[in-house]
Amino acid sequence: MIENGTPIADRNDNFTRSAGKQLAVYALYAVVTLAVVVYLLAIAAGQTGSNGADMGINVANNSITIALREEPPQLDTGRSTDGASIIVLSHAFEGLIAYDEEAQLTPGVAERWEIRTDGATFWLREDARWSDGQPVTAHDFEFAWKRAIDPATASEYSFIFYSIKNAEAINTGRLPKETLGVRAVNDRLLEVEFEQATPYFDKLVAFVTYFPVREDFYESTDGRYGADADELLYNGPYMITEWVHSASMIWKKNPYYWNDKRGFLDEIRVAYITADTNAKLNLFKDGQIADTHLESPMLPSAMAARWQIDRAMDGTVFFVVFNHRPGRVTDNLNLRKAMLYAQDPVELVNKALKDAAFLPAASLFPVWVGGVKEKFREEYPAPKHQMDLEKARHHLELAKQELGLAAIPPLVLLVDAQPVSQLAATYYQELYRQRLGLEIRIDSQIFKQRLAKMTAGDFDITVAGWSPDYDDALTYGEFFASWNLQNRGRYASADMDADVRIAQTSLDQKERMDAFGRIQQLVHDDVTMIPMYERGWSFVVDPRLKGFRRRSVGPEIDYNYAYIDVSSD
Amino acid sequence: MLWYIGKRLIQGLITVWFIATATFFAMHNVPGDPLLNERATTPTIRANLEAKYGLDQPVTTQYFIYLKNIVRGDFGISFAQENRQVNDIIREHFPVSAILGVLAVIIAAVGGILWGSLTALYRNRLPDYLIMFLVILGISVPSFVIAAISQLGIVTLNNLAGTTVLPVAGWGTIFHMLVPALVLGLSTMAYLTRLMRSSMLEIVNSDFVRTAKSKGVPPARIFARHQLRNAVLPVITVLGPSIAAITTGGFVVEIVFAIPGLGRFFVEAVQQLDYTVIMGTTVFYGTFLVFMVILVDVIYGFIDPRVRMS
Amino acid sequence: MTGIAAAEFARQASTEHAQTLSRPSLSYWQDAWIRLQSNRRALVSLFIVISLLILTLLGPVLWSVNPAAQDLDQISVPPGRDRSALVVAEYTPWVIPAGTVAELQLADTATTQSVRLQWAALPGAYGHRVYRNLYPVGPERAYGIPLGEFFDNSTLNFEDRLDLRPGTYYYSVVALAENGRPGTVAETLRVDVRRTTTVNEAVAQGLVGSAADIAVGDSLQVALHPLGTDYLGRDMLARLMEGARVSLFIGIIAPFIYVLMGVVYGAVSGFAGGKVDQVMMRFADFVVALPFLLFMILFKIAFGIGPGESGIFPMLIAMIVLLWPATARLVRGQILQIREQGYVEASKLLGAKSSYLIFRHMLPNTLGVVLVTLTFEIPRAIFTEAFLSFIGMGVAPPTPSWGSMSNEGIKTMLNTPHELIFPALLISITVLAFNLLGDGLRDALDARMRNTE
Repeated sequence: MIENGTPIADRNDNFTRSAGKQLAVYALYAVVTLAVVVYLLAIAAGQTGSNGADMGINVANNSITIALREEPPQLDTGRSTDGASIIVLSHAFEGLIAYDEEAQLTPGVAERWEIRTDGATFWLREDARWSDGQPVTAHDFEFAWKRAIDPATASEYSFIFYSIKNAEAINTGRLPKETLGVRAVNDRLLEVEFEQATPYFDKLVAFVTYFPVREDFYESTDGRYGADADELLYNGPYMITEWVHSASMIWKKNPYYWNDKRGFLDEIRVAYITADTNAKLNLFKDGQIADTHLESPMLPSAMAARWQIDRAMDGTVFFVVFNHRPGRVTDNLNLRKAMLYAQDPVELVNKALKDAAFLPAASLFPVWVGGVKEKFREEYPAPKHQMDLEKARHHLELAKQELGLAAIPPLVLLVDAQPVSQLAATYYQELYRQRLGLEIRIDSQIFKQRLAKMTAGDFDITVAGWSPDYDDALTYGEFFASWNLQNRGRYASADMDADVRIAQTSLDQKERMDAFGRIQQLVHDDVTMIPMYERGWSFVVDPRLKGFRRRSVGPEIDYNYAYIDVSSD
Repeated sequence: MLWYIGKRLIQGLITVWFIATATFFAMHNVPGDPLLNERATTPTIRANLEAKYGLDQPVTTQYFIYLKNIVRGDFGISFAQENRQVNDIIREHFPVSAILGVLAVIIAAVGGILWGSLTALYRNRLPDYLIMFLVILGISVPSFVIAAISQLGIVTLNNLAGTTVLPVAGWGTIFHMLVPALVLGLSTMAYLTRLMRSSMLEIVNSDFVRTAKSKGVPPARIFARHQLRNAVLPVITVLGPSIAAITTGGFVVEIVFAIPGLGRFFVEAVQQLDYTVIMGTTVFYGTFLVFMVILVDVIYGFIDPRVRMS
Repeated sequence: MTGIAAAEFARQASTEHAQTLSRPSLSYWQDAWIRLQSNRRALVSLFIVISLLILTLLGPVLWSVNPAAQDLDQISVPPGRDRSALVVAEYTPWVIPAGTVAELQLADTATTQSVRLQWAALPGAYGHRVYRNLYPVGPERAYGIPLGEFFDNSTLNFEDRLDLRPGTYYYSVVALAENGRPGTVAETLRVDVRRTTTVNEAVAQGLVGSAADIAVGDSLQVALHPLGTDYLGRDMLARLMEGARVSLFIGIIAPFIYVLMGVVYGAVSGFAGGKVDQVMMRFADFVVALPFLLFMILFKIAFGIGPGESGIFPMLIAMIVLLWPATARLVRGQILQIREQGYVEASKLLGAKSSYLIFRHMLPNTLGVVLVTLTFEIPRAIFTEAFLSFIGMGVAPPTPSWGSMSNEGIKTMLNTPHELIFPALLISITVLAFNLLGDGLRDALDARMRNTE
């Protein structure tokens, strides 16, 4: 029986229509509630979030917005070791000696100094002040250095003080820290006594571990020194006025800073702390940050966007480290020679890594480090390397004979999680398989686990890099000294050790450079390592920001000389 | 009811203990040394660091110290971010993840219920096909691909508009939250849409709806009172675990959009082998989830009397 | 008592025939199969799933390219590009010609092996910098990527070997000021680069039999890569197939094992009932409470991956350990329901043993639910693996998996989208297929739906 005379299909349509209307009403309610909720959440988010975001270049406020790659673990100058901390510290603090715009040493807190064979003297300027107005005194340096060398502080950079008298003894617990060879004669005079002659001491002193710390302020922080923006006192061009951990920082111009030739911006907002390079690229495209570096996949987009691309060397040299411990197959010189001649860093950089700012490495020493008068590599050219497969195979046969093996066992290539290292490892694995028939097994570990394995010697080869601590060839030259803890492959050579000692103690620059020249040749002849590449960065900067620099020694990015100039070229 | 809640709470506490123990023993089997850093340290310095973090004690002692500290709410000091308490880290960054997660869940739930009802209502017609197509995209494309593409989309949008319509990354205002929350909630929304749809379809054929229809109840009322209300129940059941999935799975979105949330922190802590942060975050998240599920179950108990009886 | 004679009554034949069946009786499974067949979407998904499996297993036989082989002459090449190459001699270091030139020009033919430039010192230059661009240089003076700097005027030549691809480049030489910063004076040259290869490379890639077969100056086609190559010149198709093996291995084997574990655990728990059931379920609840992704990552770093291992087994084990409770719960619920059914009671009365009850009555009746769960767990496992690979906690290199390939593809999304599209598409299709199949199975097997015709 048909009810009401309307066919069932129509009734269903009716139902659908009114139900649809009801649904629409509900949807409206939902949207309104959602909007309210979003609004409330946004208020909450505002409390938690960083208020750093602004335009990349804010001309009116003379401020810029930048991004950092990682959060500094802490900002204690005596204990910082990582790149992010060094960037921040290089803007918020100043040592006795600083770097100028062209990366040359220039007076910092010290207006003049004298380096002698037995020690050094620094005369501090009168108008150097902390961010609370108090003057920076020699006591601040004495206190900072003694604190850093104190084993209780557990500073991983304490070794950088070892040229000072008694430093090593104090650090290993044999002497009290008061015996350190540094003395504040008065507020403006600092005397340093050397353990042995250190002609490059002026370069050491520019490093962050040597920066000053004021004793009364330090005591007042009660163990929290360096943990937050208000637990620090600043004597550099900028002060950190706000630090929201892992989110943002704000650096404001330090009104008490003495040097009007540095620190031109009123404010630097670190609005983003992220390792995601795509995010940084997008931020730059959007005009939210003033500069960013470019990885090789991003270069085509950068070119399409018609940006001005610049590049700078980073100072880090990468090489393949062998495990030289006795009993290891890689301890055999012929095997290492075979591996050396089967590859070519030029192919690694040009075909595999494809980064326009990388330079194929030819030596332990980078191209830019200084020699006697000119660049070291100009005065002491690196040994020429030519890939030679026949020679490589010949050496491989010799190696097999010497080791008494029919075939070389699989080699373990230890590598960390960085994309570039992984890329290089995959490239090498296939290269050695195809050209020498060697089997390479990739052991991919996170940073700390890789370090543990390296220290324990649990690897055959690994990819390692070394960044300079100071602007002297010694920072590279001493890498393979047998006592150097960084030399995790445990390479030991009496010749190397002798030459490093000469370079450390000789006062004659030519003698030192000769020693480095011998070290360079020895590393090649003995195949201590295989050079891979010298790292550089391609980067883009907002054209309105001038004076921005990327450094090889010191902070990776340097805004100390940056200023906004809107007039176009 | 109170008895039910009390029982669940006690169960929850035992579960938390289990989580804490599992985490502790998992972490202590991790090879590697949390104290190692690029610049090698001398033995004296190492010994000082070990003493500072209490690593020189035997494992069982460490376990009891750890439990005791958890009860007091102290998760220790971060290894990588020296001078920062894990509690501070959690306190500063969890709210960010929570806000993002809550927004994502709400968007997913509201969207899921709405679209699900829509598709059930207009079954086999245009809205159904359209929505189901989007649902299919939502469940099959991996979240990180969606995140990367959406960020690109924002950049393009800003370029086309000539001004910043939406921020590309970061955190702090309404606009920073919208797209990340949407991306985060997308797959859950798709899932809930399907769930809602099948739930509605089941109900449409059920007896009480047919009774209501034949009684002549106005269609709108049938729809709202009977269909919607009953169909929503399965969706709510799933909501508890969904909150769980969203809050812990947020780290991809947090990484891509540079949001300072706890998930991103966790990934970084793992990469740096920061013991205390890893353990603290895991225990914290675990506890949060446990009590979230209990909360949802209790709410569900209020809504659906049948559950209470069982 | 009218006269109806007994003889007028004839005995009728028995009309009691059993009810005839209009069609053959169907078992549960046959019925389900018929239902499944009528669901077109599910059928298509089933077809896709089976094709994927066949492709994974048989693919390498049909396309036997080594997925790890790096064809460094063809890096990040999208599918369908022109493959002709000129054979040239092996690379030898450039001997810089004596004498000067009047302007920026090529010193040799420009090939993918090297591009050699020479120029004359620009007016007012204290040095020069060489740039390379993919686009012509316009008034905004965006020269492209800087390739080299020379800080005095003694070097007026440059050899570019960086990632050269066949096509057009625009090289510029810019004058440097005294402080080494680039100035405004520049010269630009358009260069067309030809693809080349060497005799040794051709032999190594298997393009010719031996070195005797070709000579410098010949033309040949470099290796075919139907789906293009990735950033190290590895064949995408081969890598996708190996990635399929990894992703599907984890995606199918892990759910199989943990669903099986769940079935056993749940069956025992449900059947035992009482205290045992409570305790067992409590333990399962604990495992469920562990935050899944966090613990996946923890397990991964706890197990560690040794050198040369792929990282598949730690992931497998972690998934199994963390994911079995859901199925256990489900099966236990089913068993509890089934226990109350009439036929179980009847069976017991007839003297059936416990094992008979479990295996003959209970488990088969849970199989429907289990099968559906399995089909939904597979895409979840695939997603989890892809997700973990994205944050670098997945399989170890160089083992490919669709997830890690997508992760790498995202980086070059804008320039070489094929490196992202193919693996992401495969993940999506697989996940979708399994989801739709699961839907179809559920529709076909769910008893409740059977009742509502």
